[in-house]
Amino acid sequence: MTDTGQTERTVPPSPPTDEAGGGPGGGGGGFSRRALFGLAGAGVAVAGGAAALGYVAGSSAAEPARPGVVPFRGVHQAGIATPAQDRLHFVALDLTTTDRVAVARLLGRWTGAAERMTQGRETAENGAVGGNPLAPPADTGEALGLPASSLTITVGFGGSFFDKLGLQDQRPPALADLPPFAGDNLDPARSGGDLCIQACADDPQVAVHAVRNMVRAGFGTTSVRWSQLGFGRTSSTSTAQATPRNLFGFKDGTNNLKAEEPDLLDQHVWVQPGDGPEWMTGGSYLVARRIRMHIETWDRTSLQEQEQIVGRSKGEGNPLGKASEFDQADLAARGPDGTPLVPADAHIRLASAETLNGVRILRRGYNFVDGTDGRGRLDAGLFFIAFVRDPQTQFVPMQRALAQQDPMMEYLQHTGSAMFACPPGLDGSDYWGSALLA
Amino acid sequence: MSRRTAASVLAAAAAAAVLAGCTSTAPPKEEVAGQGGPIVVKAADTACDVSVKEAPAGTISFAVTNTGSKVTEFYLYATGDRIMGEVENIGPGLTRNLIVEVPDGGTYTTACKPGMVGDGIRDAFTVTGNAQRSVDQNTRLAEATAGYKRYVNSQIDALVPKTQEFADAVKAGDVAKAKALFPVSRTYWERIEPVAESFSDIDPKVDGRDDGEPGVPFTGYHRLEKDLWESGLQPDSAAMADALVADMKDLQARVATLELTPVQLANGAKELLDEVATGKITGEEDRYSHTDLWDFKANVEGSQAAVAALRPVIDEKDKALGPQLDERFAAVDALLEQYRAGDGFTLYTELTEDDKKKMTDAVDALSEPISQVAAVVTS
Repeated sequence: MTDTGQTERTVPPSPPTDEAGGGPGGGGGGFSRRALFGLAGAGVAVAGGAAALGYVAGSSAAEPARPGVVPFRGVHQAGIATPAQDRLHFVALDLTTTDRVAVARLLGRWTGAAERMTQGRETAENGAVGGNPLAPPADTGEALGLPASSLTITVGFGGSFFDKLGLQDQRPPALADLPPFAGDNLDPARSGGDLCIQACADDPQVAVHAVRNMVRAGFGTTSVRWSQLGFGRTSSTSTAQATPRNLFGFKDGTNNLKAEEPDLLDQHVWVQPGDGPEWMTGGSYLVARRIRMHIETWDRTSLQEQEQIVGRSKGEGNPLGKASEFDQADLAARGPDGTPLVPADAHIRLASAETLNGVRILRRGYNFVDGTDGRGRLDAGLFFIAFVRDPQTQFVPMQRALAQQDPMMEYLQHTGSAMFACPPGLDGSDYWGSALLA
Repeated sequence: MSRRTAASVLAAAAAAAVLAGCTSTAPPKEEVAGQGGPIVVKAADTACDVSVKEAPAGTISFAVTNTGSKVTEFYLYATGDRIMGEVENIGPGLTRNLIVEVPDGGTYTTACKPGMVGDGIRDAFTVTGNAQRSVDQNTRLAEATAGYKRYVNSQIDALVPKTQEFADAVKAGDVAKAKALFPVSRTYWERIEPVAESFSDIDPKVDGRDDGEPGVPFTGYHRLEKDLWESGLQPDSAAMADALVADMKDLQARVATLELTPVQLANGAKELLDEVATGKITGEEDRYSHTDLWDFKANVEGSQAAVAALRPVIDEKDKALGPQLDERFAAVDALLEQYRAGDGFTLYTELTEDDKKKMTDAVDALSEPISQVAAVVTS
């Protein structure tokens, strides 16, 4: 159990020198945005669960686990196997420079600011209001007074990152571009990116604050390519969490990989020694797909057909032919008329490990509604995020099967796609990518 | 949109912008520095031959002869393109003198600008002695504000006659000429926009947009822009043109007594880039003529002039900031040069989303360090 946990370390980060100065950054010290004890609400429940599950195993006496604070440093990056929060701000950025030193400096600034923000602090000491009144505040301030809210910030590198910085020899083969899938309607303006930041929190304002300040720190080195807000998690990454529902109204992620399954995480999620370049060992590949749901046509579909498409009941979420949500689906079971109880093309069958030669993924997606599409229809769906050890052997065969056979495809369309290599967790003085860029 | 060259337009302005230096039209003397005479500069279309590359600190004189076929100008720059002295509008065959006060030793840059556009033909110029001139911060800040004030005056001195010329074309019903002069006369306005905006009654009259709000008169540049490009000249267009000139003269009179502070310079440099970000890259400023990139260029030039005036103070306080600003101003300039069309620019309507994204990125990259200048120079 403990070997999946994040080992909390108290050594402050030492990002590369930022000669330009003046920007947000710097680790350690400073005031928390507010007292972090005695908070009510989801943050306590989530962090309580995390503590019980070993996420803070090894935490030192100097810095005890705090409610609503997910440790920033550890063996693996937070925001992957840590309990999924309810709010997401995801951003993909492009480099505007090919200068590796400038990029390393930025990643150092990001690391310092992110570590502080995940502790409920401003990006820099006295960042929001305590600095030089003639200078713009180093911290944008909208999270003042808000708790850490279980904020996690996860960073990854896209394939183009390696090309732009002349690091092709360090680009993992697993990060090869995804092939096209049947039915894709990908918008280049919502796809790809040299880097990504996934900020998840219990409070949307905290997630937005994190991304906003990191984007700001990146001006001159990075520029935003696209971003996505998500308002409700669509999967559980811990048995302590109830299974949420997606916008089709179904429980989603019942059968997800969970933090309580460390061997399975090692097998399916964490990059192992020898898998590829050494700097990625302990990391994971993030696959993001913006899946637009045709909400209105789905809503006109009979309950029976909806359940046949998914392969589960809508209320309890049990696999068809079984009684309760967490019962194992019996894909061989047939009804009195000889037809399979879980239809041959049901979503849960096509996506199952049994059908896919044992392939499993860690899902960490979010519902989204980006307003309406100008014709009165909800621009809504699932911002799918999966973490896998190798997208080529896990995500690709799964998505190929779904794209070709899943009747649910009539009710959805993939409109954005991106993949990022998320490096392992940060040790003592590491910054994101330090093993790659040092 | 007319593609009339800016050079001829500018030449017609006959407004020499004199900054730190003084100019005269005295005949050239074939002498070189060290013998008491001015340094001889032969400014051709493709060469800028400066007879001596070094001079002692103090008063330095240049005699600039245009040996080429284009109207030219000559600059002496300090670090960060801080203008020590400038002589503009030298027609072919003419000679003009530039007398410039250079108190500090160091490396400077000479530049001839045939056609009066671009970075010009540059060369290093060394000023010897007095490298350790020690002055306190207040002196440096006073020099900065004084230097910028000269810049503002030079722009207004060109703005008034150029606006008059524009107004005359409108009143003469010469739509083509007025259209050609519109973005050119706005250039001088846009370079000093924060100063002009500090007179809150002048700015709405001169640069207000048509927001359709009842009871708010729509006058000034953009009203005439709408007439010229969209609705045709109206019965009151001539009166609008006269009012615009009157407002510019009013501005000129008021600026003469304006006192500026270093923080105002720094904030002005930032506000000019904010203008670019919110008004020019969005195409909102010149919504009828789509000449937004002229304004974009002018805003950036004005921002750079304010930063350049403060440069000695910046360099004293934060060694890394000045070079970073140089690099990012250069990146914006290089990007804008890609959109040159003749002596003007591509129209906003011809820009792609990708073009606008690149411009946004470059301006964001520049604006962040610019936003630190006020605190740095007053720290």
